[in-house]
Amino acid sequence: MIDLELLSRYGPRMLDGLVVTLTIVGLAIIIGAVLSAPLTAMRLSANPIVNGIAYGYTTFFRGTPLLVQTFLIYYGAGQFRGAFESVGLWWFFRDAFNCIVFTFSLNTAAYQAEILRGAIRSVARGQWEAASALGVSRAVTTWKVILPQAFIVALRPYGNEIILMIKGSAIASVVTIFDVMGVTRLAYARSFNFEVYIWAAVLYLAIVETLRRVWDVLERRLTRHLRPANA
Amino acid sequence: MKIVSRLAAAAAIVIAAAGTAGAKDWTEVRIGTEGAYAPFNYFDSNNQLQGFDVDIAKALCDEMKVKCTFVAQDWDGIIPALLANKYDAIIASMSITEERKKTVDFTNKYYNTPAQFITAKEGGITDTSPAALAGKTLGAQSATTHATYLEDMYKESDVKLYPSQDEANLDLANGRLDAILADSVVLYDWLNKTEDGKCCHNVGEPIRNVKYFGEGAGIALRKEDQDLKEKFNTAIAAIIANGTYKKINDKYFPFDVY
Amino acid sequence: MDYFISLLSFGPDGWGDQLAAGTWMTIRLAVATVPFGLVLGFFIALAKVSERRWLNFLGETYTTVFRGLPELLTLFIIYYGGQILLQRVVSLVAPDAQVEVNSFVAGLCALSLVFAAYASEAFAGAIRAVGKGQFEAGDALGMRRTTTWFVVVLPQLIRLALPAIGNLWLVLLKDTSLVSLIALNDLLRMTNIAVGATKQPFFFYFVTLLIYLVLSIISSIGLSKLETRFGRGYGAAR
Repeated sequence: MIDLELLSRYGPRMLDGLVVTLTIVGLAIIIGAVLSAPLTAMRLSANPIVNGIAYGYTTFFRGTPLLVQTFLIYYGAGQFRGAFESVGLWWFFRDAFNCIVFTFSLNTAAYQAEILRGAIRSVARGQWEAASALGVSRAVTTWKVILPQAFIVALRPYGNEIILMIKGSAIASVVTIFDVMGVTRLAYARSFNFEVYIWAAVLYLAIVETLRRVWDVLERRLTRHLRPANA
Repeated sequence: MKIVSRLAAAAAIVIAAAGTAGAKDWTEVRIGTEGAYAPFNYFDSNNQLQGFDVDIAKALCDEMKVKCTFVAQDWDGIIPALLANKYDAIIASMSITEERKKTVDFTNKYYNTPAQFITAKEGGITDTSPAALAGKTLGAQSATTHATYLEDMYKESDVKLYPSQDEANLDLANGRLDAILADSVVLYDWLNKTEDGKCCHNVGEPIRNVKYFGEGAGIALRKEDQDLKEKFNTAIAAIIANGTYKKINDKYFPFDVY
Repeated sequence: MDYFISLLSFGPDGWGDQLAAGTWMTIRLAVATVPFGLVLGFFIALAKVSERRWLNFLGETYTTVFRGLPELLTLFIIYYGGQILLQRVVSLVAPDAQVEVNSFVAGLCALSLVFAAYASEAFAGAIRAVGKGQFEAGDALGMRRTTTWFVVVLPQLIRLALPAIGNLWLVLLKDTSLVSLIALNDLLRMTNIAVGATKQPFFFYFVTLLIYLVLSIISSIGLSKLETRFGRGYGAAR
């Protein structure tokens, strides 16, 4: 049923591709999370200019295709090689992997900022007022009262965002990265055996399903204090 | 029930119509090509297909007295699309290799040009042996014989593959690649006729390796279309004999590409 | 500066007309996908809320598969695999027939399948939110099930599902860019061609991003007007 010869030729490379995919997604999510913190703060600000800049950023990255953003940065950086060299940054953009992680980080930062913003706003105003009445500073309120509650609301959308990133990472194959999709396309070009696409599908489904179930367990654990005692 | 009987009637008509087709009488041939491989096949600014391959194809069709239509297809999927009956022949500078012969059949060659490495003029690369290029970043178009050659012979180098030759050239021009391996004539066109190409030059001798690059470029056909293959072979011999081939050759190249 | 403006002109030297043609293709593809995606999504949703376990299972499996696969992979599978499958099926019946799955159809299929998977979740949630009560009330009034569906449930369904479906439309607009990778002349593919010819990647990709952004913004405005229209008669959401 399964073409074993094909599997032995390309299987190991596909697993290498898996490592590449997970690395790209992992790095992008974490860097994006770090970037999204100031971005969220800006989005929640009352200052229209600050808010506007952040809104422009998130609208731009959420309203345009990831593939085009990738091309912009990968080929655009190549076009400005001279400028980058003069500031000593070309070594970074020369590598396709760096370009991809850079693009994905910017993209996911925009989505994460909106998720976090929505989550923080969903925490009832009463919490802020109560903390204020108790004389707790805004900073401490944010850290110890609001964010923990916001985090629970944000959990599900965060999980979705990670899944979307994993699926989006397939685009990396278009700019010479040998992630799962890249290896699959290489294998198909050499063998013309459609089966390789099926393995890729199985691999992606396995990752996504695993993540979904882990996330469900995480969500259940973190919200167990919100459910009736014997649920 | 009405729906079922209508569907059955429709199916019967389709079968009847197709059944009367009988053996293939090739009055119309659909030709698949890439359109991103100047000067062999490319789209000009009016979105018309031009190039050596296209002209040869038209000449062959005239010779065979068939009507030809062209279908553009990205290189990655060009053989699968042939097998899936999207067109009947591939005339797109496809090298005749043993590996490809496992899935498709080829006519006799219609040209043969060697592979060539190119590199940036200021890059300082002069030796193209695998040892000298170890650790360097080499580029080629994916699904080509050049890509396979790099992957097998240059295991110590970092090989990057691109969906089209243009994108590989772009990355050589901006320094992401140290060298590219591709068809010498296609590279000649880029090096001498484009602004970007001025950055780079040939390095190393032209490479003629029959195992990887085959006996030249041929027309790929489905294995069951032996009659079409015969027609093409006869036509190729004919246009070489009557001088049409030379006219097309000279239109594009100052040298002989056969 | 003038050079850049001339690059976008509509004449034979400028790429404005190519980009416009590409944009039109993008819009056509997205608009064509919606009806298929909505109808399929609706039926999958019905399967999910049905009382028959096997239907639930089918619906859930469909959703899991098409929400879990990268859209790019789904597209390639339909494009390459669909052609092979169709060819095998047709050759059983009529060996010499030539059939082809062109890029537009492949793109349409793939995008519809994915759209339907997400839409089915939105519809299933909306159906559950409408609640059995509406169906029971319809029964009590002697209405046929289909009538209840069309006259009572569907209008409520639209209002409840619209925000989610609206988001799906915005995602669809962006996903259409993937068909550039199967040789369909959408906006991104025309941009790639322009970049190849002019060697100005940053400029053209930036312009393309702006075009997609404009499409998104226009869509968002349209969607919020739709939400207002369908939310008529309901108090502010709590």
